Amino acid sequence: MASSALGPIDWAILLTYFAFVIGIGIVLKRGMKSSSDFFLAGRAIPGWIAGLAFLSANLGAQEVIGMAASGAKYGISTAHFYWIGAVPAMVFVGVFMMPFYYGSKARSVPEYLKLRFDEKTRAFNAVSFAVMTVFSSGISMYAMAKLMHLLLGWDFNVSLWVSAAIVLGYISLGGLKSAIYNEVMQFFLIVFGFAPLVFLGLRNIGGWDGLKTSLAVVATQGQATLGHAKDYNADAWTSAWHNMGTAGANPMGVEWFGLAMGLGFVLSFGYWCTDFLVVQRAMVAENANAARRVPLIAAVPKMLFPFLVILPGMIAVGLTANHVPGGFMIPEKIVAGAKVLDYDMVIPGMLLHYFPTGLLGLGLTALMASFMSGMAGNVTAFNTVWTYDIYQSYIAKDRSDRHYLWMGRVATVVGTLVALAAAYLAAGFNNIMDMLQLVFAFVNAPLFATFLLGMFWKRATGHGAFWGLVGGTIAAAIHHGLTLPYGAIAGIKGGWLTSQVVHLYPSEMAQNFWTAIWSWSCCFALTIVISLATRRTRSDEELSGLVYSLTERTDDRALPWYKRPAMLGLLILAAALALNLLFA
Amino acid sequence: MSTDIRFDLRLPIGLLFTIIGVVLVLYGMAGPADIYARSLGINVNLRWGMVLLVFGAGMLLLARRARGRE
Repeated sequence: MASSALGPIDWAILLTYFAFVIGIGIVLKRGMKSSSDFFLAGRAIPGWIAGLAFLSANLGAQEVIGMAASGAKYGISTAHFYWIGAVPAMVFVGVFMMPFYYGSKARSVPEYLKLRFDEKTRAFNAVSFAVMTVFSSGISMYAMAKLMHLLLGWDFNVSLWVSAAIVLGYISLGGLKSAIYNEVMQFFLIVFGFAPLVFLGLRNIGGWDGLKTSLAVVATQGQATLGHAKDYNADAWTSAWHNMGTAGANPMGVEWFGLAMGLGFVLSFGYWCTDFLVVQRAMVAENANAARRVPLIAAVPKMLFPFLVILPGMIAVGLTANHVPGGFMIPEKIVAGAKVLDYDMVIPGMLLHYFPTGLLGLGLTALMASFMSGMAGNVTAFNTVWTYDIYQSYIAKDRSDRHYLWMGRVATVVGTLVALAAAYLAAGFNNIMDMLQLVFAFVNAPLFATFLLGMFWKRATGHGAFWGLVGGTIAAAIHHGLTLPYGAIAGIKGGWLTSQVVHLYPSEMAQNFWTAIWSWSCCFALTIVISLATRRTRSDEELSGLVYSLTERTDDRALPWYKRPAMLGLLILAAALALNLLFA
Repeated sequence: MSTDIRFDLRLPIGLLFTIIGVVLVLYGMAGPADIYARSLGINVNLRWGMVLLVFGAGMLLLARRARGRE
C-alpha cells in the first residue's frame, strides 16, 4: 500500500480536533465538585446529547473497521447486526427497562443487581465487567496503534501513549460529562469524515446499480477470484434475507433461526440492555422520560449506519473482484503461508486511496475520533464500576464524597495504565487475548436472562440469579467445548472438551449464535428453578421501583406524541422493518 | 432544557466544524489542483468543506438563538 505522508493541512485538522477535546475537558473541570458530577454527570444531560453519546460509545474504531470488513466478507447481511441485532433491543431497553434503571437511582448496572438481587450477584457482574472493559480497551488501543504504524508509519509506542494520554486527559478533567460531550462531537466527526468515502466509492463503482452488478460477480465467482470457500447465488451480497433459509446458502453461514434468536434476541438484548458501557449514557439523562428516550434517539442513526460503515466494505470487495479502473483494491496479507484479503484494511485503505490531502486530515480525525469514543466509553464505565461497586462496596466504605471523587480520578489513570499494559500484552501474546475475549463472551451470554427475570418476575431470588448466571456461563463454555465451526482446528475455536466434537457448525458465527442461545436458555431455566426452591431475598416493598409489577407506570400522556417512548419505539420498529423489507 | 446553561455543546461543535470547513474551502480554492486525481477529479476539499461550513454555522446559529432566548 502506498503510505501517503500527511500534509501540514492534515496535521492542522487533527491537532485542532485534539485541542477541542482537551478544551472541553478543561471547561467542564470547573463543574466537577462532587463524585456525582464526575461519575453521573450530575444527572443533567439532555436527551439528544445522551442519545448520540449512547451510540458513539459503541462506535469504537474496531466497530467501524470491523463492520466494513464484514460488509466485504458478507455483504448487506452484515446490516443484521444493526436492523435486528441492535434496533429492537434499543427500543426494548428504552421503553421497558429504563424506568427501572433510572427510577431505582442505581448508579450503575451492577448496583441495580445488588438492589434487585443480592451482593454476590453484583460482585460477579461488577468484577467481570471491570476486567472486561479494561482489557477490551487495551485490545482496541493495540489495534489502533498497529494500524497507524502500518498506514502512516507512526511509531507504535508514540501513537499508543499519545492517544491514551489525550483520552485520559479529558476524562480525568471533566469526568463522564466530558466523555459524553466529546462522544457527541466524535459522532458528528465520524459521520462527516466517512460520508465522502461512500460517495466517492459509489461513484467509482457506477452507483447502486454498478454496485449490484459487481457484487453479483463477487457472489458467483468469488471462489476463483477472491478465495471464497464456495460460490453463492448472485444476490448473496445484496439481499439480507433471501439466502437465510439454509446456512450454506449465504456467506455468513447462518440460518434464519440462529440469526433471529442468537443475534436478534440473546446477544443483542444482552449487549444493549445490560452492558453498563452504553446503559450508563442513558442513566445520566436529566429526567426519567429523557432517559427512556435516550436509546430511542440513538436507534434512529443506528438504523442508518449500515450505509456509512458497511457500504464501504461492499464497494471495496466489488471494486476488487471486478478490477474497476482507478478503483481501490483490498490489499492481501499472508496467513499461514496462504494469501488472503486483508479485510480490516478496507476503511483505512480507502481513506488513503480516495481522499486528497485536506479531506484526508478529516478522514483520519474521524478514525481517531471513533477510537477515542470507544476507549472513553470503556474508561468511564470502568472507573464508575470500580469506584462504586468494588472500592466503595468492599474496600473502603463510608469515606467522604471527596475521597470517592479522588478515587475516580485515580481509577481513571490506573485503568488507562492497565489498558496500556493489556495493549502490549496483545502485541506480544495474541492468543492470551483471544482466550480472554472468549471467556468474556461466556460471561456475557446469559446476562439478559437474569435481567429479564429480575425486572419482570418478582419471585426471582438472589440465589436463583447468581447460580443462573454461573450456570449459564458454564453452559456457554461447555457448548463451545463440544462444537466446532467447519474447517477449524480444535482449541481456541472450540471442540476442546472431547476428542470427538458433538456438532459441526457451518461457520464460526453460527457457533457463536448457538453458544449464546444455549447459555441464555440454561440461565433462564436455572434461575426459575432455583428461585422457586429458595426463599425470597427481597420483600414487595423493597422491590418497588425495581420490578415491573411493583412499580407505578410512568404517566407520559401529558407529553406530546414525539416525546412518548412507546410511540417513538413503534415508529422506529416500523422503520427498521421497512429497511429489512427494502433490502430483503 | 439543560440545567447547565453555562455550557452549550452546540457551541464547540459549531466552532470545530466551522474551522475545519473554512480550512478545507480555502485549501480547495487556493491549494494545488493536481491532487484531485484520486478523488475522481472532484475538488472534494472545496465541496465537502462547504458542507462542513454550513453544518458548523448552523450549529452556531442554534446555540446563539438558544442564548438569546434566556
